[in-house]
Amino acid sequence: MIFGLPIISVAIWLPILFGILVLATGDDKNAPLARILALVGSVLGFLVTIPLYTGFVNDTSEMQFVELHDWIARFNIHYHLGVDGISVLFILLTAFFTPLVVLAGWQVIEKRVAQYMASFLIMSGIMIGVFAALDSILFYVFWEAMLIPMFLIIGIWGGKNRVYAAVKFFLYTLLGSLLMLVALIYLYNQSGGSFAILDFHKVELPMTAQILIFVAFFFAFAVKVPMFPVHTWLPDAHVEAPTGGSVVLAAIMLKVGAYGFLRFSMPITPDASHYLSGVMIALSLIAVVYIGLVALMQTDMKKLVAYSSISHMGFVTLGFFIFNAYGMEGALLQMISHGFVSGALFLCIGVLYDRMHSRNIADYGGVANTMPVFAAFFMLFAMANVGLPGTSGFVGEFMVILGAVKVNFWYAFAAATTLIFGAAYTLWMYKRVIFGAVANHHVAELTDLTLREKVIFAILAVTVLGMGLYPLPFSEIMHVSVNDLLVHVARSKLPL
Amino acid sequence: MDLMTNLMPAGAEIFMLVMACVILIADLLIKQSGRLVTYLLVQLTLLGCALITVGTHENGVVYAFHGMFVDDLMSDVLKLLTYLAVSMMLIYSRQYLTVRGLFSGEFMVLAMFATLGMMVMISANHFLTLYLGLEVLSLSLYAMVALQRDSAVATEAAMKYFILGALASGLLLYGMSMLYGATGSLELGAVSSAIKSGAADKDLLVFGLVFVVSGLAFKLGAVPFHMWVPDVYHGAPTAMTMLIGSAPKLAAFAFVARILVEGLQPLVQHWSGMLIILAIGSMALGNITAIAQTNLKRMFAYSTIAHMGFMLLGLLSGDIEGYGAAMFYTVIYVLMSLGAFGIIMLLSREGFEADTLNDFKGLNQRSPWLAFMMLLLMFSMAGVPPTVGFYAKFSVLNAVVQAGHIWLAVIAVLFSLIGAFYYLRIVKLMYFDAPESHAPIEVNSDSAFLLSVNSLGVLLLGLLPGTLMSVCAVSVQQSLLLH
Repeated sequence: MIFGLPIISVAIWLPILFGILVLATGDDKNAPLARILALVGSVLGFLVTIPLYTGFVNDTSEMQFVELHDWIARFNIHYHLGVDGISVLFILLTAFFTPLVVLAGWQVIEKRVAQYMASFLIMSGIMIGVFAALDSILFYVFWEAMLIPMFLIIGIWGGKNRVYAAVKFFLYTLLGSLLMLVALIYLYNQSGGSFAILDFHKVELPMTAQILIFVAFFFAFAVKVPMFPVHTWLPDAHVEAPTGGSVVLAAIMLKVGAYGFLRFSMPITPDASHYLSGVMIALSLIAVVYIGLVALMQTDMKKLVAYSSISHMGFVTLGFFIFNAYGMEGALLQMISHGFVSGALFLCIGVLYDRMHSRNIADYGGVANTMPVFAAFFMLFAMANVGLPGTSGFVGEFMVILGAVKVNFWYAFAAATTLIFGAAYTLWMYKRVIFGAVANHHVAELTDLTLREKVIFAILAVTVLGMGLYPLPFSEIMHVSVNDLLVHVARSKLPL
Repeated sequence: MDLMTNLMPAGAEIFMLVMACVILIADLLIKQSGRLVTYLLVQLTLLGCALITVGTHENGVVYAFHGMFVDDLMSDVLKLLTYLAVSMMLIYSRQYLTVRGLFSGEFMVLAMFATLGMMVMISANHFLTLYLGLEVLSLSLYAMVALQRDSAVATEAAMKYFILGALASGLLLYGMSMLYGATGSLELGAVSSAIKSGAADKDLLVFGLVFVVSGLAFKLGAVPFHMWVPDVYHGAPTAMTMLIGSAPKLAAFAFVARILVEGLQPLVQHWSGMLIILAIGSMALGNITAIAQTNLKRMFAYSTIAHMGFMLLGLLSGDIEGYGAAMFYTVIYVLMSLGAFGIIMLLSREGFEADTLNDFKGLNQRSPWLAFMMLLLMFSMAGVPPTVGFYAKFSVLNAVVQAGHIWLAVIAVLFSLIGAFYYLRIVKLMYFDAPESHAPIEVNSDSAFLLSVNSLGVLLLGLLPGTLMSVCAVSVQQSLLLH
């Protein structure tokens, strides 16, 4: 606590309060006010999370900044928040992206501005809650509440097929969550009446129960990651969502699923995790290789980046389920890097879409001639997506491959193909969109980035390069927590 | 003195009865333009009943009239909620009824008698009192559904309701007579101890139980005894639908709890098996059929069937935890259903019922506030946190898992998922589609205000559900299964 303030609570509720305030500005007559309030709220929301990083103690895996209050006494449910080395970075990532999303929608969104901005602010608070919750019911409440604003964002401001995408997104994720709820209630009864996640970590469980719980969690988290074969909602949702929605989906919401594996699946059911790790690795590698190939064939830029996200997230789950420190830290770094890079790529596509109202690669060509500054930024993010050394994308992928080699050479071999496929689909798209002669008069009329857009991209470019060149500030903070988790997962929880 | 100890616990019922008679006569002297006076008198009566119920509350369980009547914490809590629900129903429907010429003395007096019936059901401790309360309630409701005499749909609904309701009452009575034959008593406590002693004929008991459970399922609208629900919900004027869909569910919960738990707990392994079938059937049929509906009232009818199925899950777990969860579920359901029908009435105008799905298209553009209120209610019915509907589902699921039926919990959540679809569709219509009509929405301020309180209550209770949960759990603990 700093100045006696519960930082995490402030980080959760400040954006939500600002969201309500923005909603209160009413209809589109007051749009400028709504925009400014949203920006102030999101920047403040980011600033209040900074003490979480500066005040974080690196050499313990204990929860920090803990807040514990009674909430529903009857079921022993607490308002219990805290962060460790695994979750703290995601909170910052979430808060970091909110102002960018607000800025990205600044002019583009013209109808129901207040509702748009408020949805993102409220969602930002809720997602921070997901990462900080230490009580499983509190976690579940945030986890589900996240769906409501996202559903509205896709459905109201999305593209042509938005309703289908929104409903598919909602029902897919709800299915997973409800099974998780049953698992949580079962664990509550097994743990002697506690919903605390850290208590669940200690519960002894027989193998059958572990496998069933693992499967229930798998449904919830794999849908969000998304893992092959439950990934099909993602391309739809991404393509139809407005730019801001895609950014939040790719940068943060996918990470929520992966985070769930680390916080729930692996420590609560370690034996089942080991037992089923072969399946998980297989699914991850299918995502990496097969989805990589699928991405190659896309004609829609957003879809391409969406498939690329699935492929990259395959890397993350691979890193988790090879159970070594390289893999896991690499996977976490990959998650953060992917947050920046995919967010940036979606913003790039958003910039083009705002001007041309098309996401088709075929409609472009020679954009470099009319938008040179944009082309440069886009190049940087494309390279980071490929995993070029010196960008943030490289660090995580390299560590995961390194970790995979230690387990099985062929895992690493299959995973490494992503470096080739990733380069192929990203650079091929880049070539077709940016290079060549000016394709048509629409491209010829394009104007380069505005100051607002330059600011957004500059911030992201600095982060992507910074993380690529000097990843230590990111990795040192998670080191102890990751090691502790690995030790925990290595211990069997089967009753003797 | 002896008379007073008998009368005191039933003070609220007596007051309601007296006032209903007084208002019936007084209303004759009031012109249609002064009908508001009658309305206010009814509201005051409800307030008076609430004060009497609180005032006569005593710790522990008080029996009156030789064990025919019981006054315990559960009955007091349920009665207070019933007054609240009826009072909200009256506020919501005032405007709606006025423009349709149904805002009459009969409506209000019938509503009062229905309330009286519910109160008797809630406090009954004897098969005869239970039946008496049930019939007072049912007969009033039949008449209310038929109140719109020139509407063919309403008349048909009333006929269906009456015939099927009478059939259900018959089943119930037949079952009760079997139980009486086996145990030699009509008082719930005595029935329970007679069964426990083992003297009663087991075959006869189970035979009677089947009829009793069928009768109860009829009244609750559980599958396969649900056929009347969609027609009645659809056909009745929305104000009557709201009444049928709200407060009587509280009474029905008490009714089922009194009979199955107070009277027949020793037969729990028999009736919980029957309830499993009823519950699964209701959740399946209710949720799946609701998807196909285009009329909102019909959709809510199927949704009610599904919700009652979910509520039965809490009861069938057969322990105090489950009964508390079922009560909590019922209370929350009533709250949500009041709000949902409230919106339908709020959007209705003279000669126009806002009861099809298309009427909700683009509501967000016509009235963002109303759309947001409806959004909260729909997500709550779907059981999505942070609305209170989630905790209702959560506490029932917890009871089911605790009773060891994990598979049942999984089935329940899968059907909830199906259910989420049609609630979601309403949100979709309101937020994603363009409005079909641009007629200005004129809302009268008292029901709009009440709706805001109602919907925000769904959200606030979702953020802080602990108190209400404990109230339900404690009142069940202090009232059921004491002997």
